[in-house]
Amino acid sequence: MPSKGADLVIETLKEEGVEVIFGLPGGAIMEVYDALYRDGGIKHILARHEQGAGHMAEGYARATGKVGVAMTTSGPGATNIVTPIADAYMDSVPIVVLTGQVPTHMIGNDAFQEVDIVGITRPITKHSFLVRNIDELPLIIRKAFYIARTGRPGPVLVDIPKDVTQQMTEARIPSLDEVRRALPGYKPHVEGNVQQIRKAVQLMLSARKPVLYVGGGAVNAEAQEELVELAELLKIPVTTTTQGKGAFPENHPLSLRMLGMHGTYYANMAVYNSDLLIAVGARFDDRVTGKIDEFAPDAKIVHIDIDPASISKNIVVDIPIVGDVKIVLRKILNELKRRNAKLLHPEDREKWLEQIEKWKKLHPLTYKNSRKVIKPQFVIEQIYEVTGGEAIIVPGVGQHQMWAAMFYRYSFPRQFLSSGGLGTMGFGLPAGIGAKVGRPDREVFVIDGDGSFVMTMQEIVTAVQYRIPVRVAIINNAYLGMVRQWQELFYDKRYSEVDLEVQPDFVALAEAMGAVGFRAEKPSEVKEILREALRVEDRPVVMDFVVDREENVLPMVPPGKSYRDMIVEDGRGTEAETMYLVG
Amino acid sequence: MADTIGSADLTVARAPRFRQTRKGQVRKHIINVKVRNEIGVLARVATLIAGKGYNIESLSVGETHEPGVSRMTIEVVGDDIVIDQVVKQLRKLIDTLKVKDITDVPHVERELLLIKVHTPTSRARDEVLRIVEIFRGKIIDVSPETYTVEVTGDEDKINAILELLKPFGIKEMARTGKVAMRRDLFVEESPAE
Repeated sequence: MPSKGADLVIETLKEEGVEVIFGLPGGAIMEVYDALYRDGGIKHILARHEQGAGHMAEGYARATGKVGVAMTTSGPGATNIVTPIADAYMDSVPIVVLTGQVPTHMIGNDAFQEVDIVGITRPITKHSFLVRNIDELPLIIRKAFYIARTGRPGPVLVDIPKDVTQQMTEARIPSLDEVRRALPGYKPHVEGNVQQIRKAVQLMLSARKPVLYVGGGAVNAEAQEELVELAELLKIPVTTTTQGKGAFPENHPLSLRMLGMHGTYYANMAVYNSDLLIAVGARFDDRVTGKIDEFAPDAKIVHIDIDPASISKNIVVDIPIVGDVKIVLRKILNELKRRNAKLLHPEDREKWLEQIEKWKKLHPLTYKNSRKVIKPQFVIEQIYEVTGGEAIIVPGVGQHQMWAAMFYRYSFPRQFLSSGGLGTMGFGLPAGIGAKVGRPDREVFVIDGDGSFVMTMQEIVTAVQYRIPVRVAIINNAYLGMVRQWQELFYDKRYSEVDLEVQPDFVALAEAMGAVGFRAEKPSEVKEILREALRVEDRPVVMDFVVDREENVLPMVPPGKSYRDMIVEDGRGTEAETMYLVG
Repeated sequence: MADTIGSADLTVARAPRFRQTRKGQVRKHIINVKVRNEIGVLARVATLIAGKGYNIESLSVGETHEPGVSRMTIEVVGDDIVIDQVVKQLRKLIDTLKVKDITDVPHVERELLLIKVHTPTSRARDEVLRIVEIFRGKIIDVSPETYTVEVTGDEDKINAILELLKPFGIKEMARTGKVAMRRDLFVEESPAE
């Protein structure tokens, strides 16, 4: 029996195991919404803006590892979701975005709500499709999911003209084998080259000062177990990027926590002084490396990555290994066991770990607390305490994001869901909603900035409608704080257009939208409010933490500088020489 | 090496150390790309190269003996290392089947030139005819004022005949861009990609 295009869309999504769609309907996608309604088998979360829907799908995907699905109409619906697509592309998040399109015979005519969304998103999707023929519809949707979740994950867009959703077809949903055969040019390398793996093992055994540098690829590959095993077996300290957080537990004695621009002093010192850097599913982003030619200047570099194009992109590596991180690490461990391998210089490895302990003691992550004014770091620490370190943390982008990265300790993968590559303000709330939908068993805390929050705050209404108890802690300094910090440090305190002198009353705003609102202005109020918030089970909570306005995120490697130029302590009012460490 | 470990007091000034960075040579590359003949594939390839800030010098696309498969030959001037990145990223595109930078591989290349030359006098016509014969070209269209000439050859040959015809006055010209293919004999390299 022939089926209608729109019904086939829903059927194929169910075949892919889709449980929830985040979206917002409109003219060109109405047939699919009608099919969704008639079918009733897939949950839909009605976002208030398509950007919200996109970040929700991302949050869901980042929290669960499953493919997130967003659906919008054509034209403005499609352009509104461009930012989440770019965000997912930068951070390798598997999402499938279905957009409605004007009927095929009107494409190119500047029809109502027509844009060439495939063209617009070409450089920011892993792949995109325009469905021109109804018979291809189920194959294309299955291809989209297959491409999104395999290899280096990423966003895939499927643009479906309205007439295609209205036509009838005999086409059936293809098997996974058929999908693979229909993609002859797409074969991700997963195994890792044996010779390269042997060379890497040799280096790991002979190195005196090795460091593991772990990125989001290790989270995507679910390689936590292998990482811990390798680090412990060879006594290699581990630093993670924002995307790699939780791939190695931060409460582990070998953890150096985060590296890079706002990394810990000890992570950056370890990397700078290392003689072997083992990059695992990381891509040597400029926020990590700082000045490239002074990044780990003495180190040999082993780079394990599923994406051959990531290798030797920013930095030339000595031993590239293209493959799935989990599979390659398992092979490395097997090779070590097979050889019954021992460290060549065990006493040096001990010295190296002692040295790192010294660095940890010299400059731990710290801040000066106050009794009068709430310090942003204090709020994060309190959130850590009340949640027992077990919450999923979803920040926006800015100072609060870095404090959330530094002052909460992450112990499991997919615990810190952050817009890393694109740095999208407004990411936090909708991504947090998506995360909570995907992981209702976990406490989800959105740690947002006041600047970030207002960019997508309409989604509070969405969370109210679906009774999603996401907690939103606004670190409110009434500034675009990170920009202000740069202006303070690098523009001689010329605070150009960063003062958010007029703000909504966040408590009243939350309540107007049907959420619960709290405000804390004194440090003594923080914990009580957090405890109150945790008691709310049927709707979102917005907490307005009025914090010290001019607190800075430190340590900091100034942009384009090397780790040697790291600013460790707040140098305001002191001589420049004491602000900078000379390495 | 081990003795440097103890000298960890990094607050003491020390000469900065530098990582060896590789700088590539900037030159013209010829990249062959086998693609599935899908809508938008040319746009994807072009977008990717443009995204690196490089200008495509020439690009030719045509069908191959395999149904649904086309072949592109792309000429682009760029840094060796960046071009290596471009090649890797082209391989990542879902619709590309095979990508190869053949610049340093023995290969043959050809280009077709159509050129309309101003030939109002019999002297000019004689002279142009002679040049075209030397270059084994053809005159494929004639008018009282012009000759239209077809020549194929490698880049040097095409540039040479262009130089010789310029003085007559060029009314119009079109070049196809290169097509190129690896030589089969005496090629030593790994088979895949």
